[in-house]
Parts: sequence; structure tokens; C-alpha cells
Amino acid sequence: MIPLENVRIALQGVGSNRMRSGLTILGILIGVASVIILVAVGNGSSIAIQSRIQSLGTNLLQVQSQPVFFRAGGQTATLTQSTNLTAADVHALEQHDLNPDVAAVAPVLTASVTATWDGNSYSPSQFLGTTPPYRRIAGYRLAHGQFFSSAQLHSHARVVVVGQTVVSSLFGGQSPVGQSVQLNGATFQVIGVLAAKGTSGATNQDDVMMAPLTAVEDAITGYQASYSRIDVEAASPSRETAAEYEVATTLDTTHHIASLASGNLQILNQASLISTSTAQTFTTLLAAVAAISLLVGGIGVMNIMLVTVTERTHEIGIRKAVGARRRDLLGQFLVEAVLLAAIGGVVGVGVGLLGSHFQIVGVTPVVAPYSVALALVVSVAVGLFFGLYPASRAAGLQPIDALRHE
Amino acid sequence: MAAGTPVIVTRQLTKTYAGAGVAVAALRGISLTVERGEYLAVMGASGSGKSTLAHILGCLDLPTGGRYLLDGVDVRGLGEDQLARIRNRKIGFVFQSFNLLAHATAIENVELPLIYQGVARAERRHRALAALRSVGGERWRDHRPNQLSGGTIQKVALARAIVTDPALLLADEPTGNLDSASSDDVLASFARLNAAGRTIVMITHEADVAARARRLVRIRDGRVVEDRPISSERPVAAAVAAAPPAGARDQPQPLGQPA
Ligand SMILES: Nc1ncnc2c1ncn2[C@@H]1O[C@H](COP(=O)(O)OP(=O)(O)O)[C@@H](O)[C@H]1O
Ligand SMILES: [Mg+2]
Repeated sequence: MIPLENVRIALQGVGSNRMRSGLTILGILIGVASVIILVAVGNGSSIAIQSRIQSLGTNLLQVQSQPVFFRAGGQTATLTQSTNLTAADVHALEQHDLNPDVAAVAPVLTASVTATWDGNSYSPSQFLGTTPPYRRIAGYRLAHGQFFSSAQLHSHARVVVVGQTVVSSLFGGQSPVGQSVQLNGATFQVIGVLAAKGTSGATNQDDVMMAPLTAVEDAITGYQASYSRIDVEAASPSRETAAEYEVATTLDTTHHIASLASGNLQILNQASLISTSTAQTFTTLLAAVAAISLLVGGIGVMNIMLVTVTERTHEIGIRKAVGARRRDLLGQFLVEAVLLAAIGGVVGVGVGLLGSHFQIVGVTPVVAPYSVALALVVSVAVGLFFGLYPASRAAGLQPIDALRHE
Repeated sequence: MAAGTPVIVTRQLTKTYAGAGVAVAALRGISLTVERGEYLAVMGASGSGKSTLAHILGCLDLPTGGRYLLDGVDVRGLGEDQLARIRNRKIGFVFQSFNLLAHATAIENVELPLIYQGVARAERRHRALAALRSVGGERWRDHRPNQLSGGTIQKVALARAIVTDPALLLADEPTGNLDSASSDDVLASFARLNAAGRTIVMITHEADVAARARRLVRIRDGRVVEDRPISSERPVAAAVAAAPPAGARDQPQPLGQPA
């Protein structure tokens, strides 16, 4: 029989048994669509978390002095001069020829303040005295106004930049730029509002106020021999390890001892730590999601195919009884399976892509191209296999044995 | 084949079902000759091996032993594709349970054997319609089996069996699922086809159905116990009643000498 006739028989079979064809297509469709959507949801949450980590500042290194009383040995808890982070350290780190992979350096002095405005008072969880590079290092952007400049730093200007939580908690949600605010009794002028950045772990990065280091020392903390920490930005995420090494070397030199090795100083790169472990967690999670949805889709397709095996075997018996050869039957079932799998696959991809446009449990799905290919290949393979399975089994039977399936 | 070649010649056909546990000897040596144009009824009690014989004669199953020549061709040793070709061209089979494609229309069902002959679409339609017409079923052409009555379905099945103009029309209890009016209708179709020269072997366990044929073969426990012509003056029902116990009667007819 000419192959065209196989196509026609298959089309006739598909068209005349709408229920069976519809269920088969539906099985493949659901398999393909669920894989695409589930993987897209996983991928979407992964991307959301990664971008949140990015917003933390991926190139960030934090140098902190380790309080001596945490050290073992039972000695008296005193901070020695050698472990203090000073302007000399900042200056040394700013030497570009010594630290080629360091992009920016900012000393940070933290304090607790109570801010008062228009009869309201509020204590932000973070109050920082710092220098202009800090904004870039920490990855903040401005919503209104501006960040303080080097000139304002040098002139000890009493200006302050506030985060969104402070805007809503202290200023009733209105832009406070230009307003005067009392910080522990000293008057500062608000010159900028930071754009929302969200939370990082337990820290609300929007519950923050920052002012020039000089003004903070003048008005709030008094002169400090040591900074709370020094924040350093690596030139790029890939240079972070090199930058960390340069920072360590430089600090060892300025302090004349191996402060890092002794544990007196500590360089933290939480961001990269969180970022890599999260990426790994998500790769594993995504693989699991894809595997489970493929399994679910595959079982769906398999079920529908197997349910019809008896019926199909009987049909094969009828066809054999009137003279169909093995190759006629295999040809018919192959064309039919390809047709149903192709329709189910294509519509499934369509539904999957469409479904991925909607927010699902608060996640914006992001379609992973590999999931489309994987879903298509697996579902279509399962569809083909179980579509051909009854034919290949029954085609070898005596017609009367195939007819007995009813 | 030459006009003188018998349509069916079997020699000591045996069939043993080797199922789970005990093996059942369904046929224990059937030797039978059917000439062109005959209308043979095979009678026997339930379980006597009638269906088994019909399936082997229809090449739907293979015998365990013995020889079977269909229209002069020894089917033993034929390959799968050759057997399919014989089923397609030489045999028309009518089943008790109809075995039509449930999701195809009457005309599509009748066309089915022609599809596997590679007959072009237009001619297929034409011949299928002619076959339907010959059983009086032209008006059901676009109906599906579930829209038709049992007798009508069996006529569609009959049209499918004769559409290829086969050498042999085989029917296993064709009226077994029909009421008596439908049975009469279907049997009338068989009689007309035989009158037009078609060779028919019909399996039945009902004496009044067998009485419509022109020769009666009775089998019991897989053996032929009676083989004689049916005279129109002496209905088979009476003959059955008058028959002496099996074994005391005549042996199976010698081969090659149909009644
Ligand atoms: N597929 C089979 N497997 C095992 N035994 C079978 C099978 N088909 C028929 N038989 C047995 O063979 C014998 C003859 O059966 P069958 O040819 O169907 O008789 P009839 O059609 O005269 O009722 C019975 O004993 C039956 O149980
Ligand atoms: Mg039977």
C-alpha cells in the first residue's frame, strides 16, 4: 500500500475517533504545558532571588575588625590599636596600583540615632556615616534628590539621605527632600531619598539613613579612632577573589602584622556566598521540578495510550482479518501517533507559553528554552512509543488473537 | 484457479490450544472438501470445535497439524504477508460479533478490504456501494454501527465480506446475535449469494439455520461425524430428529467426493 494511503487511514482514524484522539492530544498537551510552566515558575523565582542578591551589591567586600574578646585564650578583652580600621587603611586601599582590582572604598561608621521631624520620632535600624563611594558600593539608587558629594564630605555638611522605610515611618510618605530633621538633637537637611531596594535576609535595606562621615563625627558620635567597617567594591564579580587577596595583603602591610591570619580582621563577602549557594540550590530545584513534571506529563500520556490498547488491539484484529499486513498497521499507527503527538506538542507549547505570562503564586514565570525542547522531546517520545506499542504488539498476533481483545 | 479446483481441501486438520495448564484438542483430524458453488453448513454442539475450524479455514489462525489447500494453494508455510493477502483476496469472513470498526461509517467499513488491496479511492467507493446495494443496504452508507440494528450491521459485515469478490465466504454463527426476523433476512442474503454462484461455509448450532444450506457437515469433539446433502424435501430439522446416534452412523465422507 502506498504511504499516502497510510496517511489517509490515519487521518480517518484520528477524525472518526474524536474522543480517543482528543484525550491523547490532551495528555500530550498537559505534559508539555505543565513542564514548561513549572520550569518557568522555578526559573522565575530563581531569577527573582538572584536579582535581589544582585541588588545587595555582588562585588561587595566588607572589612570588619574582630573584637578581641571573641578570641580564645582567656585574656582580657581589649581592642589593640593594630586591629582598628582607620583612615590610613582607607587611604592604603585606595592606592590603585597596589589594589588594581578594587574599584571603590568607603569607611562606614554606624550609630544609633533617633530622628525627629514634625513631632514624630523614629529610629532607623541602620544609621551610617560614610563617604560618597558608599552609594555605589552598596548598590543604592536615588529616587529623589541626590547623594552627598565629596565637597559636602569635606565641608562637614549636615545633610542626610534617607531610605523608603524612613520616608513612610517618619515623614508620612511624602518626599522629605529639603526638610530639616533632628538627629539626636542635631539638625540635618534631607537632600536625597533612596530608591527601594527590598530586604536582604533579615535586613531591611530601606530602613536606613546615611550622612557624611565628617558630619556624623561632629554631631553624633564624636571623633572615632576606628571605623565600624570598611566597604570595598571589587572591579567586577569575577575580580572579587583577586580584590579580596589585595585587600588582605594591603591591610597586613598597614597593620604590620598578619591581622587576617590572626583573626583580628575579617573580610566578608556574603553576597557571593549567598549567590553561589542559591544558584546551586536553584539548579537542583529546577532539575527536580523538570523531572517531576516530565514524569507527570509522561504518565498522563502513557495512561491515555494504555487505556486504548485493548480497543486498538481489537481494531488491529479487524484490520488484519480483512487483509492488513504488519507494515500497513505499523505505518498507520506511526502516522497517527506522529500526528497526535505533533498536535499535542505544538498546542502544549502554546498553552505553556501562554500560561507563563501570568503570575503564579506571586512568581513571574520565566520560560526556560531548554524546558520547551525537553518537554516536546519527552512527551512526543512517550506519545510515539505508546501510540506504536499496541500496533507493534498486536501486529505480530494471529488475527483471531487480536480480535479476542474486546 | 481452474474451475475444477475445490475451494477447500483439508486433510487431517488438527488444532490443539496449549493454554495455561491443560492443552485442549479442539480439532482432532478434520478432512473436508468443498467444491466451488457449494453452500455448506457446519453444525455441532457448543465447544465441538466449529469456530476453531472456521478460524483456520479463514486463515485467521493456524492449524497445529494437517494440510489445508485453499483454492488450490497450500497455506502451510506461507509467510505472514502472503496470509494477509489470502485473507484479503480469497476469503470473506462474517463474524457472530460483526467486528466492524465502531468509529467508521458503513461504507468505510465495506471499503476496508479494498484499501489493503490498494484500490484507488473512487473505485473503492463504487465497489463498496455495489456490495452494500447487493445486500440491500445502500441507505445505511453513512451510518455508524451504533446507529444500526443487529441485522443491519450483519448485512454491512456481509457486504464487507463480499466486496473483494472472494473465492470463499465464511460465516461463524452469523445469526447468533440476531432476532429471527433479522436472521431470516441475513440468511436470505446468503441464499441469494449462493444462487449467484458464491461458495459459502456457514457455521451454526441451530438446525433451522443449517437447513438453509445445501450440504450439512456435523462435527463433534473436533471430528466430522456426519456429512450429507440437504434435500429440500427433507428439512434438516426432521433429519436431525431422525438421525441415529453418532458412531452408529456413516463415517465421514471420503475426500474429494462431495455430496
Ligand atoms: N483460544 C483458546 N484457547 C484455549 N482453548 C480454546 C480456545 N478457543 C477455543 N478453545 C477450546 O476449544 C474447544 C472448541 O472451541 P470452539 O472452536 O470455540 O467451539 P464452538 O465454536 O463449536 O463452540 C472448546 O473446548 C474451547 O474451550
Ligand atoms: Mg463458536
